[in-house]
Amino acid sequence: MPWGRILRSLRDGPETEPVGPAPEATVAAMAARLEAAAQRRLGRSLALRHLDAGSCNGCELELHATGNVLHDLERFGLRFVASPRHADVLLVTGPVTRNLHEALGRTYDAMPDPKWVVAVGDCAVDGGVFKGCYAVLDAADAVVPVDLLIRGCPPGPGQIIDGLRALLEANAG
Amino acid sequence: MSGAAAAIIRAAPAEPCRPWPRHVLTPEEWAAMAAALGGDERLALLGLWADTQQVHALFLDERAMAPLPASVPVVEGAFAALSPARPAAAWFERTIHDLWGHRAEGGTDLRPWIDHGRWEVTRPMAPRPVPARGTPEPPEFLPVEGEDLNQVPVGPIHAGIIEPGHFRFTCQGETVVRLEVRLGYAHKGQMVLMRGKPPRVAARYAARLSGDSTVAHSIAFARAVEAAVDVAAPPRAEHLRAVMLEMERVANHLGDVGAICNDAAFALALARFGLHREAMLRAGQAAFGHRLMMDAVVPGGVAVDLAEGGAKAILSALAAACAELPALQRTYDDHAGLVDRMVGTGVVSPALVRRFAAGGVVGRASGRGFDARSLMLPATAEGAGAAARPLEALRLEVPVLQEGDVDARVRIRLAEIEESARLLRELLATVPEGKLTVALPPGSGEGIGVAEGFRGDIWHWLRLDGGLVAACYPRDPSWLHWPLLEAAMRGNILADFPLCNKSFNASYSGVDL
Repeated sequence: MPWGRILRSLRDGPETEPVGPAPEATVAAMAARLEAAAQRRLGRSLALRHLDAGSCNGCELELHATGNVLHDLERFGLRFVASPRHADVLLVTGPVTRNLHEALGRTYDAMPDPKWVVAVGDCAVDGGVFKGCYAVLDAADAVVPVDLLIRGCPPGPGQIIDGLRALLEANAG
Repeated sequence: MSGAAAAIIRAAPAEPCRPWPRHVLTPEEWAAMAAALGGDERLALLGLWADTQQVHALFLDERAMAPLPASVPVVEGAFAALSPARPAAAWFERTIHDLWGHRAEGGTDLRPWIDHGRWEVTRPMAPRPVPARGTPEPPEFLPVEGEDLNQVPVGPIHAGIIEPGHFRFTCQGETVVRLEVRLGYAHKGQMVLMRGKPPRVAARYAARLSGDSTVAHSIAFARAVEAAVDVAAPPRAEHLRAVMLEMERVANHLGDVGAICNDAAFALALARFGLHREAMLRAGQAAFGHRLMMDAVVPGGVAVDLAEGGAKAILSALAAACAELPALQRTYDDHAGLVDRMVGTGVVSPALVRRFAAGGVVGRASGRGFDARSLMLPATAEGAGAAARPLEALRLEVPVLQEGDVDARVRIRLAEIEESARLLRELLATVPEGKLTVALPPGSGEGIGVAEGFRGDIWHWLRLDGGLVAACYPRDPSWLHWPLLEAAMRGNILADFPLCNKSFNASYSGVDL
């Protein structure tokens, strides 16, 4: 057994020659290309978090319907997640009641950047029929910055999916 | 079963409220009635609300099967509480205090309910609401005592597509020893918004009290308006309302059965029941122009006629669902793992359901067979009564079980889907010709309307003054379901909460007002 060689290797390290840093210009160029490719391939998936800010539950019925076997939201790379910490997109329904606005803000804050907010249904868009009441703040954008509006009372599952697919395409670039 | 409380109410002078006169008791008579309630099981408390002057209770005389409204003037901001005799009154009394500022003297629970200290005003329904001051206090939960107890707070935001509400579980290990529900997060000020509006405008709010029951709430509201001004919707409108009501029931029951099974990890049921639910919603779009049929029912009739090809769309959706139901039911029955989760879980005893007068699926799964569709209306001068109720001719069959567990609530829903399918086939074969609406005279009056939604009996009371809504109150069935969910969880494991909750499927928005 070459015990002497093994001991020397342990003491002196391998004979492999060290190398300097990779050429910076090439690294930067590669990074840009990889990012674009990753965005194109992996960006076609968004994790959705729903938050009911005081809706009548009509919008919730249609959000549920986006997942049924006929609409199958997940085939587009869109899926609902349980925690805002896992989410890219916050779907807000309801006219944002005063009793819930703090929870809405905290949910948004818990989401990692980059993030988007979608107002689903007339209430979240502008308060709907509840606009101006003492108990509501009239719209999702009173509390969080809104990127996309999906109107309707309630919007149908096809409409909701169309809106989210537009967001997906824009995100994938 | 002495009937003493009912006798006190009936002896008091009545004000004209159609179709059931409202008896106005003196504070002394009301206090005597409240005291007699404890020994009078025939009076079920359906709702308790107020206006600026009076507190109103709606009872159901369960022997005569007759609704019995009763009121008492509020004296020095107070009225005698009903909660010592009827525990379901506690949430109503807390709501009355939060909205109108009337104190329930002797009430069992005086904590705030839907006012979380975050509105612009306090007592928004009072004649002069006071601007709210100060910062919201943390909610006060019932005290707990004992060893090895831990609390699990859940919500108001939940990990799914669900309405907002807070659940405070007190557990011993895995077992829940108490669940306390805190709601009010969806409070939108419905009644303030409805006040002062013409009935056709106010109907849009009734339609959005609980979106899944939009048809049933719209019907109950429309009937209250029609009763108040003493007109009857045309026969064709009543008939189409009955069609929409059963469609809403079928769609919701299909969705619920699938969702309950999914909470026991049986995804096949979610997929198949979800498919049939979607077909019913599309039939709603084809027949009445809206998937949920929102705003299709208006005071005085219906806003949309049955579209060309609509009946065919409804019947084919029904046929597909009914063709697969027996196979799905067999799968459910034979699936040992599923049945193990369902049977004996979340039990509500028949005695408790009777005490709370819970209606709908929750009531019928625990032996209380009340169904507002079989409630006979007293005939009125204008004939706004029995003749206008097409379902009465079809001899409704009401399924009733005694077990009161998740399984029983699933089976009631399955049976009701079949029964509603039968009703729909008969109704669609006999749609009468005629007008869709009747003009509403711009008068004054008071009325009560009722409809059996998929959750249970929905009641609307309102007073019109010069053609505008002067006061109103919508009573969703969930008021009497939520406290029973708290009771049902006792002794169950925390992990079974989603299953129990889904089997009740109470509305949050419907009680948050």
